[in-house]
Amino acid sequence: MFEFKLPSLGADMDEGKLLEWHVKPGDKVKKGQVVAVVDTSKAAVDVEIWQDGTVFELLVEPGTRLPVGSVMATLLEDGESAPARKPVTLQGARKGEARRKAPPPEVAAEAVGVRQAAELAPPGRPRVSPAARKRADELGRDIARIAGSGPGGVVTLADVERAVVVPTAAAAAATPAAAAARQAEMRRTIAAAMSRSKREIPHYYLFETIPLARASEWLAGVNADRPITERILMAALLLKAVAITLKGFPALNGFYRNERFEPADAVNAGVAISLRGGGLVAPALHDVDSKTLPVLMRELSDLVRRTRAGSLRSSEMSDPTITVTNLGEQGVEAVMGVIYPPQVALVGFGRIAPRPVVDEADGDLRVLPAVTASLAADHRVSDGHRGALFLGALRELLQHPEDL
Amino acid sequence: MKVSYREALREALREALAQDPRVFLMGEDVGRYGGTYAVSKGLLDEFGPDRIRDTPLSELGFVGAGVGAALGGMRPIVEVMTINFSLLALDQIVNSAALLRHMSGGQCAVSLVIRMATGAGRQLAAQHSHSLENWYAHIPGIRVLAPATVADARGMLAPALADPDPVILFEHAQLYNLEDALPVERVWHACDISRAAVRRTGTQASLITYGGCLPKAMQAADELAATGIDVEVIDLRVLRPLDLDTIAASVRRTHRVVVVDEGWKTGSLAGEIVARIAEDCLYDLDAPPRRVCSAEVPIPYARHMEAAALPQVAQIVAAVKEMLNV
Repeated sequence: MFEFKLPSLGADMDEGKLLEWHVKPGDKVKKGQVVAVVDTSKAAVDVEIWQDGTVFELLVEPGTRLPVGSVMATLLEDGESAPARKPVTLQGARKGEARRKAPPPEVAAEAVGVRQAAELAPPGRPRVSPAARKRADELGRDIARIAGSGPGGVVTLADVERAVVVPTAAAAAATPAAAAARQAEMRRTIAAAMSRSKREIPHYYLFETIPLARASEWLAGVNADRPITERILMAALLLKAVAITLKGFPALNGFYRNERFEPADAVNAGVAISLRGGGLVAPALHDVDSKTLPVLMRELSDLVRRTRAGSLRSSEMSDPTITVTNLGEQGVEAVMGVIYPPQVALVGFGRIAPRPVVDEADGDLRVLPAVTASLAADHRVSDGHRGALFLGALRELLQHPEDL
Repeated sequence: MKVSYREALREALREALAQDPRVFLMGEDVGRYGGTYAVSKGLLDEFGPDRIRDTPLSELGFVGAGVGAALGGMRPIVEVMTINFSLLALDQIVNSAALLRHMSGGQCAVSLVIRMATGAGRQLAAQHSHSLENWYAHIPGIRVLAPATVADARGMLAPALADPDPVILFEHAQLYNLEDALPVERVWHACDISRAAVRRTGTQASLITYGGCLPKAMQAADELAATGIDVEVIDLRVLRPLDLDTIAASVRRTHRVVVVDEGWKTGSLAGEIVARIAEDCLYDLDAPPRRVCSAEVPIPYARHMEAAALPQVAQIVAAVKEMLNV
């Protein structure tokens, strides 16, 4: 028997609200499977489990708010048989963590729908009525995230309409009051994380103007043969360049916890994504250094879409080892970033624009596209010297885009 | 004042006979006996034996005579006692009446009205209880009507006679005693034989039906309303050509459909309607369409078994509730 606990989905999270279960007692689960949806106040996040097993008991009802680390479910390990006592489903949270308030009716209704769907629907394609599917498309709603209340758990038109009031990031704007409450909550969350950052992390900042003439030309060549929908944006190229460069600078990639630095093996770049209603999330793109550009581009688009639709996975929320922010799109020249704790660095890019650049080969002054890259890093872990070398290496790498 | 469905049919016949000398009624027992369902009672005395004609028991013969009379410029109304016996006249109806305009290159018109009783529910056993309206609704060249209200019983005959092509009027045997107040004269005088009618508006499901099942659908709608479920009832009225616009508009409002049809499900009119909805309105459907039809057995004689074989209010209510998952 092992316990499934509410994981921390980011350093700024100390509690979460269970929105729905994706499993029921008796279900076999695999490592990496999404078992629940939890609202972190920033987003509705699909929470994965990290051990194979069979669900024994669900201990928390949807709608319950609970601290990080609370036991949400118990599971049997493979080969383990169930204890004699009968599993009890969906009690209030254990250890006195009773529900602080009743779940909103729409959430409760959803949960009922989920259970029915799980019991009655055949595996495979989700059962969605044609009218519901069409309406979900019109509303831009992810049908997979809507629980069905129809016969056999079919998602009906009414379910789609009702889903408008479910508190996901995407649905935040459903009612002005809900949107405002959500905004306030997100603001508080960001305030807590950023205050902690500025209180605890001694930042140092470095800037470097990186010529992008070669990278732009190379990318144009690559994109010439690709359909518009599959074109690779400079943002993906910059991400990959940062990730590859980081491999040589482990002191910039990892976490500072308990007074010591823990370097990370993988480069999981947290991509700062602004939400339409305001606020910000920086979910991870995993193993950026080892992915090809087309794959990275596809994953980046997918991540942006899912972030704005409010369907992120827990590993994406908790895994970033460094944050990359690209504020150039908003037209600013450079960024002095605030590190997202417990990370130890943030790389920022400003606007890519024609700048006077001295060509290092012949000393001539030319007008070429360039970008100002910045590094905000934690002085407890690294020094300016290392940081400067990092930005220099990044600049060099971007002069050889074919290596990316 | 309330009028019965039977009286409304009779008034319509009387009016047609009085207004147009080309109109005459013929069929088995329509004269001296006054019609098996007493629709033509009294008309023999009023209009005489030339215009109210009893025929031998030979459907093929007298329906054929009706086709000939129509070709000769008359406006015959032929009563076939029940739809079961009309099978004997299928050749005249399908091969002659429906096709002569086409076969003659438009030179001949068969302006014939055929009335017949249809349906079960009166313990008349399997050979007198068919609902084969869909057989006729299958045939291009004829218009098929199913008056299900007193007003339609009163109003449909005149436009049927005015139609230059054959028209079949199906009178469900269980409707003859139905009583209702007739609307004002100008309403049934303007009777439209091309459109279905919304008999009750609703938002959560559309009950689509015709003929003898309309009262059942209306009752089901009442019972559902008592439990807070708001359904729409569509009376097809015209079984050929189907008024698909009215059907589609209703489905687009309610997103759920139950077709109630006394015919057997296999190869039924209900099947045709569901197919049209699937073709035209799939993306408006919030649930698979359902059909409440007769059990696939010969209609039994015993009362309880007959009732069990036919569509009933409880089944309609259950179908809607199942669809709504309540």
